[in-house]
Formats: sequence, structure tokens, C-alpha cells
Amino acid sequence: MSGHMNLTLKVWRQKNSTTPGKFVTYKANDISPDMSFLEMLDVVNEDLVKKTEDPIHFDHDCREGICGMCSLVINGEPHGPKRATTTCQLHMRSFADGDTIVIEPWRAAAFPVVKDLVTNRSAFERIQQAGGYVSISTGGVPDANEIPIPKPVADEAFSSAECIGCGACVAACKNASAMLFVSAKISQYALLPQGQPERYARAEAMVLQMDEEGFGGCTNTYACEAQCPKEIKVTNIARMNREFFNAELIKS
Amino acid sequence: MMLDAKIPEGPLAEKWNKHKFNLKLVNPANKRKYDIIVVGTGLAGASAAATLAELGYNVKAFCFQDSPRRAHSIAAQGGINAAKNYPNDGDSVYRLFYDTIKGGDYRSREGNVYRLAEVSVNIIDQCVAQGVPFAREYGGLLDNRSFGGAQVSRTFYAKGQTGQQLLLGAYSALNRQIQAGKVKMYTRSEMLDLVVVDGKAQGIVTRNLITGQVDTHSGHAVLLCTGGYGNVFYLSTNAMGSNVTAAWRAHKRGAFFANPCYTQIHPTCIPVTGDHQSKLTLMSESLRNDGRVWVPKTVELAERLRKGELKARDIKEEDRDYYLERKYPSFGNLVPRDVASRNAKQVCDEGRGVGKSGLAVYLDFADAISRLGQPAVAAKYGNLFDMYQQITDENPYQVPMRIYPAVHYTMGGLWVDYNLMTSLPGLYSLGEANFSDHGANRLGASALMQGLADGYFVIPYTVGDYLANIGPAPIDANRPEFAQTKAEVEERISKLLSLKGTKTVDEYHRDLGHIMWEYCGMSRNAEGLKKAKGMIAELRDAFWKNVIVVGENEEVNQSLEKAGRVADFLELGELMVDDALNREESCGGHFREEYQTPEGEALRNDNEFAYVAAWEFKGNNMPEVLHKEQLVFENVKLTQRSYK
Ligand SMILES: Cc1cc2nc3c(=O)[nH]c(=O)nc-3n(C[C@H](O)[C@H](O)[C@H](O)COP(=O)(O)OP(=O)(O)OC[C@H]3O[C@@H](n4cnc5c(N)ncnc54)[C@H](O)[C@@H]3O)c2cc1C
Ligand code: SF4
Ligand code: FES
Repeated sequence: MSGHMNLTLKVWRQKNSTTPGKFVTYKANDISPDMSFLEMLDVVNEDLVKKTEDPIHFDHDCREGICGMCSLVINGEPHGPKRATTTCQLHMRSFADGDTIVIEPWRAAAFPVVKDLVTNRSAFERIQQAGGYVSISTGGVPDANEIPIPKPVADEAFSSAECIGCGACVAACKNASAMLFVSAKISQYALLPQGQPERYARAEAMVLQMDEEGFGGCTNTYACEAQCPKEIKVTNIARMNREFFNAELIKS
Repeated sequence: MMLDAKIPEGPLAEKWNKHKFNLKLVNPANKRKYDIIVVGTGLAGASAAATLAELGYNVKAFCFQDSPRRAHSIAAQGGINAAKNYPNDGDSVYRLFYDTIKGGDYRSREGNVYRLAEVSVNIIDQCVAQGVPFAREYGGLLDNRSFGGAQVSRTFYAKGQTGQQLLLGAYSALNRQIQAGKVKMYTRSEMLDLVVVDGKAQGIVTRNLITGQVDTHSGHAVLLCTGGYGNVFYLSTNAMGSNVTAAWRAHKRGAFFANPCYTQIHPTCIPVTGDHQSKLTLMSESLRNDGRVWVPKTVELAERLRKGELKARDIKEEDRDYYLERKYPSFGNLVPRDVASRNAKQVCDEGRGVGKSGLAVYLDFADAISRLGQPAVAAKYGNLFDMYQQITDENPYQVPMRIYPAVHYTMGGLWVDYNLMTSLPGLYSLGEANFSDHGANRLGASALMQGLADGYFVIPYTVGDYLANIGPAPIDANRPEFAQTKAEVEERISKLLSLKGTKTVDEYHRDLGHIMWEYCGMSRNAEGLKKAKGMIAELRDAFWKNVIVVGENEEVNQSLEKAGRVADFLELGELMVDDALNREESCGGHFREEYQTPEGEALRNDNEFAYVAAWEFKGNNMPEVLHKEQLVFENVKLTQRSYK
């Protein structure tokens, strides 16, 4: 096929969390603009495997921009150059023949590298376990339409709930702050009537867990919002701060 | 062995209630003495794990991703059915039951499907109470849409991200139990075998995908909620990691595999662009509510479109063939998936396909946009249109989408009885991994419903009956079966790692996919299936001699992970072919060219094939043994499905 590109990749390779890593250069030749970024890496990996070399490890699963598993800092930007797009949905037509592309893992103390481009994001799990739920059990709940919710409220909660938990916000932030992620989760429940009974306790528990995980503070540079593939708004952070403040107020 | 589906006696509408009463209960104080293993944390697994933990059982849950919320369920787009009848348009439990049985081309159990329709209403209540942000109307109540050929609006949705929101809901319930210490969650852990002791499932063997450590886990019951096996076709709409390993290993340990050939090919997916393609992307079926499917009337026009001499908009109205509207005036673009897919293949086979490859048809929104306005269309489908544009670089507001069928869902799976127990005592299967409720074709928005029905509302009752019977004595993990199964897993890993041939795992997987798609895909015939059987056996032999697996066990090793999964697909593929060959009729997604009506529709043979085909593994390279579970229809009349 024609119209294909030849690229140079500088990829972070690291055997495991305890071995230091380094950049290794690879050629990616004959790349179609219709390929996704991960399909381009698949092609490079096929070549490596044929030479019985270890393929470049990266996380991915749905390849549809929804599971939040893919990551990659591409030329310094989490999820690459295209706004509102995950790495798996980024296509090679966003690059030009002859480009050099630098590929790194998420960089944050709270997301240690596991291998190559794969990181450990379990800190996000623990934050959600700390309070990201409504404490009801299966069965014995009211009929769904007994909880009317004004459409604008429901829509606003939905836009917070769209977060895919990828961690790009953390990777984008010079302080490695997780505020955008955590605030999106807190906001969904703070907005909905179902979330009211535990509203403040939840905000407090999740914020404390976030701090415990070693994420940095927010200094309002909004890099997170710019890189978020789901366009989660920084207004969520303001809401979270208010929720946390009120939680402390109620306690005192 | 006689297969007993354990469907309760009595009138359809009373079966489940009566059955619940007849099931044994575990004394509340004893529940904490039982350990339950749940493999998979998609809708089925997460809902089951959370609910069982709420009841007081100790749960160990496993998934191969780095978080339970990344299970493939997250990708479901369109919606979830429930017989709420909120729009007052004539829906009822019975209608949902009837539509689902009919949609499945009368190859599912009345009792199971009725129960599914019955509990569907509870699912919506549960999800809303958790804070799932379903779409709402201006009055604040829940919005519904019609979906996948239903003539009532019973589908609840959250934009095009229904699966995501439902899974995040189930995940939140799971998190609450993890926090409470009732669920121990093992992420990045892959189940590689099942431990059977005295004929009962009592544990699993897992590999830690970070360290490579192989472990055994024991439990009083094992629940496989590991999703579907569509990736046997290499290209499908499933996530890259979706696989059959857990179910297949269980099959090889004694659980019967039912109706493996029932595959759903979804009509609205983005067409293949080249060999590099790693997966296919679904465009939600909801698009067929407003989009119109067409191809040019003549081969000549289609050719000019393919060459790029003409654009879709150049084709005059009278030169277009809206073939679904023409052939099926009452359902039009909303015919069930199997019918829509087959028709797309037919027009492309006639040479009227569009796009460079000729393997595509148009899905056109021009009428909807002029009727409703672009903002209204964007509000409904905006995220899908964006996704389409990202992948294809074409703007579907301006030019029609190009779509083609792709493998999407597998109706077949582990055989289970009414209690969701497999033929192996103590082993259960939930969600897409089992075969139970969709017959030969699944209707849209019913997989999410089934996964959550199984997990929230069925298994919590039925597993108790088994547990009460076996008693709470601890499972002895020192029984030699545990060490033996672990040793077998380790041996297989070593064997795979020793293979340093010349072809990559992906190359074998792609070859298998081509065989399956060509001979066991949208249409099948005896000659092709026989040929495929030989080809798969050869490919499997070649794989075990010539594949390249790099690296070691004691590290993150995606090459090894993939190799194990593809090795299992290479065995499953042959069983699918056997099953397709055995079923000498056409039904739902299984279309045998030899058996069709004069109009080219699927022709069932109810006298001979109204049964579930459940296959028993007898040993490597031995033919599997077929067991038949006759389907009994007491309430619906079997008719030729007609969507005219
Ligand atoms: C693109 C797409 C859109 C869809 N849209 C809809 C829709 O709109 N409506 C609808 O009703 N249905 C839809 N479906 C179908 C539906 O999403 C699935 O059938 C359903 O979500 C399956 O859920 P599950 O819980 O059975 O399995 P999954 O969600 O697939 O979960 C499987 C789980 O098992 C784990 N697992 C698998 N193997 C192992 C192993 N060996 N060891 C450990 N863990 C393992 C995985 O980690 C995962 O947690 C869609 C499907 C696709 C592909
Ligand atoms: S807020 Fe955005 S960037 Fe951060 S985890 Fe959620 S989706 Fe990813
Ligand atoms: S792989 Fe799922 S979001 Fe990218």
C-alpha cells in the first residue's frame, strides 16, 4: 500500500519496577495513516517477537476509548496530541512521515512503572474503595421512578461519571495531582439525590485516601483538563473542595 | 449422563417464585464459613461478588485487567432492556419474554427467559439506587428508547455509554464490599485451570500477571463470569483481552459446552481497513432507529462508488435500494441483528457493496438530520458520530456512515441448569460465559440485562441451595488435586515458553480467525465446515511446533499470556465447527446455506433440532460427545420468524 509513513520511535524500556529504565530507538516502517497508535506499536512488536526480542509492553484492552486501560505519554502529552482522545483512538494520520515519536509511561510517584509503559494505578482503586459508592445492598430499593432527578442535574452528574479512570490527569500535572479524577467521582454522587446521605463522609474519606497515596496538590494550571480524554471539567475540583470544606465544618 | 435443566414445574409466571421458596437457605450465621470464588468482574461477576458478600459469604474475585471496572462490559453502548412499561406503550413481562424467545429463534428455555424478563425490572431499580445516571426526560423521570427491533420502548440507556455506567455501578457495590473486607480482589490475575475434587469444583489455579507466580485458591463454589469467546475470530468487537480460557479449561475438566456455534454477527460495525486491523468497532444498534441502510440499486453504480468516481450523495434517490425497508416493510431498518447482517452480506456478495473494499453498506442520517435537526441528532448519537469520525476521518453528519457486520457476541457457552450450575457440581457460570438465555440470536440490550440478572438476582438464591447441601466444613486445599492441577499449569507454561519457532502468536490467531470467518461465520455449509475442521487441526499442530513465545514466566509477559489464550481458541474453534456441522438447520445467527426458505430466510427444523447441544470433552484429540437437552415449549407457538 502507498501513502505510508516511516517513523522513528524512542520508547521507554524498563524490565520491572526495580530495574532502571532507558529509551530505546526503533524504526516503524510502512505505517498506514489508518492505523491506530496501538496498531502501529503492534507492528513494531511483531517484528521484535520475530527476532525473539521482548515486545514493548503497554496496557490496553477495549481499544475503543472507554475502558481507561491504555495510557502512554506521547511526545510529552498523555494520550498524545489530539484533544479528547485516548491513545487507543489516536490514529497515525495525526503524525507525518519522518516524525520521531517519544513514548513514555505515565510519570508519577503514585503510579510506579511495572514494565516498559505499564504502570501500577491501584492507588485509584483504593481511593474509590474508600467511599466511592452509595451504601445500599441488592434488593429492597424503591422503584426507579420514585427518585425523579431534574434533567440538568442528571446530565451534569453524567458528565462527571464519564471519567474512565485512566490517570492522564495525574500524568499531565506537574504536581502529579489526582484532583480531577477524584473530584469527578465525588461530584457524581454529590449532585445526585442518591448520594446525599453520605455526601460529606464520602468526600472526606476519598480526599484523605488520595492524600495518603502520595498524589500532589492542585496549583490550578488546568493541565489535567486539557489532557483529559473525556473532557472532565475542572469545575469538579471546585466542587470537591467545597464538599471537603463542608465535611470538615460539619465535624467541627 | 442425562442433562437435567431443573426447570421448576408449574405455570410460567410462578416458576421462579416457587423455586425460590423450594431452594434451601444457608443459615445467616453460617454464611461467613463459606468461601466463594468469582472469576471475572464484568457486569455478571461484579454484581455477583458484591451481592454474595453483602449476604455474608467470603468472596475472592479475580480479573486479568488492572481494575475490575475495566472488564469488557464497560464497552457496551446502547442500553439495557427492562419490562418497566414506563412509556405505557404496551410492554409487559410477558411481552419481553415473548420477544426474547422469538428473537432467539426458539432455541432457548421458556423458564429461563421468563425469569430474565421478570427480574429485569428490579435491575433498573437497583442501578438507579446506586446512582447510575441513566438518561432522563425533562420531567425528571427515566427516558426509554426502542432498540434492536423491539416495537416498544423498553431500553434504558446512558448516552452511548450504558455499559460503562452500569459497570461503574456494580463496581461501586463491589468496592463497598472490598472496603468492608468481605471481598478480596485479585487484579491482574488470570485463571488458568479449575481444581476438581471428588467430582466437585473446589478451586482454581491462577497466574499473577505481574510476577508470574502460579497459585491455587480454594472455595466451596466457583463462579465463572468470564465473558464471551468472540475473539476466536481474531477480529471482533470484543476487547483485546477477551478470551475463552477459563471456560475452556473448565470444559476440559468436565463442564459441558453448549451451542458453541451460536455466534452473533452485529450488522453495524466500522468496516475493516487493512491487515493491521486489531479489532473492530461497533456502532451502536441504536443508530438504526434513525439511520437508513442502503446500497445502490446497480452493480455499475456501486463500482463507481468503490473507485471514488462518485460519492454517496451523488446517488439519486431513485437509484438507491433501501433494501431492509423494501424487504421488511413492518420492521424496516429495525429487523433483528442476524437478519440485518445476512442481508448486508447478500447485497455485498451481489457486488453492490460500497467503500474501497466493497464490503460495506451505507447507514445514512440525512433524513433524520433534516427531520430532527443536527443538534437533536447530535444529542442522541454525538459520541458515536465522534468515534466514527476519529476512526474513519469522515464526518457522518455530512456523508453516510459505512458499516459492515462483525463478530460481536457469543450465545453459546458453558451449559448451565436453571440454577446457573454447570454440569460440574459446584461450578457456576454467569453472563456471556454461559449459554442460557438468548437461544440462537440475542436481541439488542439483553446481554447487560442477563449479566446483571444472573449476578444480582439469580445466583444469590441458587448458590445457597448447593452450599446448604454440601455444608460449611472448610475446603481442604491440601488435597493432592490442588498440587496436581498447579503442576499441570506450570508444565503447560514451560511448554509454551520453550517454543521458539518462526511464526508469532498473532499470526496464528489471524489465520484461525480467517478460517472461522470464512467457513463458520455469517453463513456456513457442510463442505466448508468439514474443510475448516481439518484446517484448524493442522493449524493447532503447527502452533505447538512453530509458534514463538518470548521471555520468561517470572515477569510481565504479554507474549505468554496471548499464547495461552490462542492455544485455547485453537481447540474451541474445532468444537464450534463440529457443532455447526451437527446442526442441520438454520436458526438465528446460525445460517446453514443448505437450509433456507425460498426467500432466503433461516429455515429451522423444530422436529429434529429443538434441543440444546451440550458437548462433553473426552480427552485431547478425541471426538467430543453430544448430549441433547430437549427444549419444551408450553407457552409459545413455534413459528417461522417473520419481520415482513
Ligand atoms: C462493543 C460492544 C457493545 C455492546 N453493547 C451492548 C448493549 O448495548 N447492550 C447489551 O445488552 N449488551 C451489549 N454488549 C454485550 C455485553 O456488553 C456483554 O455481553 C456483557 O457485558 C458481558 O458481560 P460479562 O460480565 O458476562 O463479561 P465481561 O464484561 O466480558 O467480563 C469478563 C470478566 O472476566 C475476566 N476474565 C476473563 N477471563 C479470565 C481469566 N481467565 N482469569 C481471570 N479473569 C478473567 C475479565 O477480566 C473480566 O473481568 C456489547 C458488547 C460489545 C462488544
Ligand atoms: S479525569 Fe480524565 S484524565 Fe483523569 S482519570 Fe478521569 S478520564 Fe482520565
Ligand atoms: S484501550 Fe480502552 S480506553 Fe484505550
